[in-house]
Amino acid sequence: MHPAFSVIFLTTLIGVGQGFFLALFTVESYATLKLIPQQDHVSFYALGSAISLVFLIGGLIASIFHLGHPERAWRAIVQWKTSWLSREVIALPLMMGLVFLYGVAHFFNLDVNFLQLPEFKGQLTLLLGILTTIATFALFICTGMVYAGIKFLQEWANPITVVNYILLGGASGFCFATLFAVFQAPDLVLFYAGWTVIITIVALITRGFSLYRNARLKYSSNIQSAIGIRHTHIKQKAMGFMGGSFNTREYFHHATVFLFKSIKWIFLILTFLIPTVLLLMGLNGEKNLLIAAFVVQYIGLLFERWFFFAQANHPQNLYYQTV
Amino acid sequence: MAQLALVIDLNVCVGCHACVTSCKEWNTSGQAGPMFDDRPYDENPTGTFFNRVQTYEIGTFPNTETLHFPKSCLHCEEPPCVPVCPTGASYKRTEDGIVLVDYNKCIGCKYCSWACPYGAREFDEKQKVMKKCTLCVDRIYDQNLPPNERKPACVMSCPTSARLFGDVHDPASEVSLAIRERGGYQLMPEWGTKPSNHYLPRRKTHLRIHEDELVRADNPLKKEDIRHETSKEVSLDDWLM
Ligand code: SF4
Ligand code: SF4
Repeated sequence: MHPAFSVIFLTTLIGVGQGFFLALFTVESYATLKLIPQQDHVSFYALGSAISLVFLIGGLIASIFHLGHPERAWRAIVQWKTSWLSREVIALPLMMGLVFLYGVAHFFNLDVNFLQLPEFKGQLTLLLGILTTIATFALFICTGMVYAGIKFLQEWANPITVVNYILLGGASGFCFATLFAVFQAPDLVLFYAGWTVIITIVALITRGFSLYRNARLKYSSNIQSAIGIRHTHIKQKAMGFMGGSFNTREYFHHATVFLFKSIKWIFLILTFLIPTVLLLMGLNGEKNLLIAAFVVQYIGLLFERWFFFAQANHPQNLYYQTV
Repeated sequence: MAQLALVIDLNVCVGCHACVTSCKEWNTSGQAGPMFDDRPYDENPTGTFFNRVQTYEIGTFPNTETLHFPKSCLHCEEPPCVPVCPTGASYKRTEDGIVLVDYNKCIGCKYCSWACPYGAREFDEKQKVMKKCTLCVDRIYDQNLPPNERKPACVMSCPTSARLFGDVHDPASEVSLAIRERGGYQLMPEWGTKPSNHYLPRRKTHLRIHEDELVRADNPLKKEDIRHETSKEVSLDDWLM
């Protein structure tokens, strides 16, 4: 498939926003269980929610560039019964709204005593946090299923695609949280860096598995089934046009084999190796190393997403072999 | 329910592209139009078409055969492009099974084109909506046309009658008969899309000619100058003379 920059930025940016929210709420749940000290409502949670929202809005803006008619984008909510894309279009603003409410509740330090336990503080933000977490995972699943749900894009059509979206979004979100903690909660740097390394390594395993799987993929369609001629020697002589068409633009990455292969190694190094090393080196709170870790990982994810799209081989390409 | 479809006879298609041009001509000025063209008279012209004719070479030289292969939306009975559309712009008509795009609803997300294994959908870069073969829905029901012209433009234009049009759910229709009797098949059956359009395979027509059919053994006008041995025996003629 042709990797569209709008979709690359959409999926990576909302991934950071979602992962970062999960990182914030992880701290709140740990603090509720008194495992780590509670953080400031305004300078940590409310500011964090606002930043998470900025990433999500960034993704939303990127998605607009993908649409031919963004002014009618609201129509995309109607087919949620059958379309994962429609579900994603619902889940994204839903999550954004909940993150907003979560931030507002923290900012004004609002609370409601749902459980009739006067000692138990922060019930409202916990409830909102749980709801937002559910929405966050729903959004991850929708995003992953948009790709995993097309069964003949065999590189994508596997639950591992959804798992990768969750883990890669989580890794980049926690990585950003580490950076955020340097400025807003220095005692959490170790906590976040530790989680980032763990999630990054698990993501490397699952992403590595999908690379392994894709390298051994057996395609169900071939030129014989595409045109229905049973012969071992079939060669396309003309595609029906000379100047290209939507079919040659949308479904091919048009990169050289060398570039394509290098991008695989670039993303593996930038997304997984370098950030892990930088995080481990920066555990003492060295700002620049942690900033670099996030920036490098995000750039790595842009390459990862490019490769994700480019690697998917659409069966329609069987009809366009003289590109 | 009816399922209108095309049946394309690969045995007689000569790859003239008449269906491609007449499709573009009809649809660019019809309900689906205009269909954009970029650099139509320059280098690398490109544009939106509903129908393409491709050419394949089968076999290795010198035992090769040329196959011209027209390709357009197959109006699948289980169209994977329809459920994925988030807006409902892509839909399949219940009354005749035609798969259409509502250009007023389409947001141009291109997701449906990813979900069509045949690459039958083309995005219109000018109008920013997804387009595809409509089976000339604005023509086949037009009461102002004489009944024998209420067919898709491609079918009307094909000089070799390689394209048949009709209801594949009606066992007595011309298309059903052709599929049944001439080995009609579907493309990429492995995905369970159940394409309604069918293709008729290429056939080898051999004429077996015996030696004695090349020279006329009975030799009525002595043209071949065959002189048969005459019998030494007394024949009926001798007897009568
Ligand atoms: S050929 Fe493609 S566009 Fe047409 S109905 Fe089938 S899946 Fe949809
Ligand atoms: S491009 Fe249009 S028709 Fe296709 S899935 Fe998107 S909204 Fe539906």
